[in-house]
Amino acid sequence: MSGLAEFSSAFLDVCVNISLAVLTVAFVLIVLRIVRGPTLPDRVVALDMLVAVGIGYIAAIGVQTDYFLYVDIAIALGLVGFLATVAFARFVLNRGLARDPTIVDEIRETELREGRSKANVAGSAAPQGEGAR
Amino acid sequence: MTPFLEIAVGLVLVIGSAFSLIATLGLLRLKDVYMRMHAGSKAGTLGSGLMLIALAVHTGEVDVLTRALAGVVFFLLTAPVAAHLLAKASYEVGYRPCSDTHIDEMGKRDT
Repeated sequence: MSGLAEFSSAFLDVCVNISLAVLTVAFVLIVLRIVRGPTLPDRVVALDMLVAVGIGYIAAIGVQTDYFLYVDIAIALGLVGFLATVAFARFVLNRGLARDPTIVDEIRETELREGRSKANVAGSAAPQGEGAR
Repeated sequence: MTPFLEIAVGLVLVIGSAFSLIATLGLLRLKDVYMRMHAGSKAGTLGSGLMLIALAVHTGEVDVLTRALAGVVFFLLTAPVAAHLLAKASYEVGYRPCSDTHIDEMGKRDT
């Protein structure tokens, strides 16, 4: 029995370390998407995902150190992430309806890219922004 | 804590972080904001929710367990709302889905 207990605690340690490493990789890749993300909503989605990974970190650290105070912080972080996403959605809506030049430029770029990829698929000289409406 | 519970906690932690990584890969590789949202808000919520459940099983104490489960329920409730709100806002503003999206019911409506 004691052999099994030793094995299980060692296994838990290895599992916590593996999950921390995987979460770190995920964190770096999400930051890459935030930096690269072609449009504003892409970046907002990636920030939302960053909050989810942060909560995962808190859970893994809690299992590793047996220090459970951070669960409250995880809940607060989730609340703040939700409110931030809602606020960003309102921001995108308001700025877009007010024809903010940055957002208008992003939309035009997206439509240009779509027009080009459609032309590649169809093999025809499709007019740009043809599928806009 | 029994050894079997400990092993289960470790497995659930690894599975949860794997779901987070899968959500991140979706965020990186899918083509437009609506597809990325689909990866991030479903697999991402599942990943962090599983890790919080592992934490809840790992603690013996009732107060920490209730708080962790309340956190899971909270994320399950809020993630779809946030994703839907953002998708609605960006569609309303004029970000169009990429050409791989074949069915666009809202596009038909506002021609």
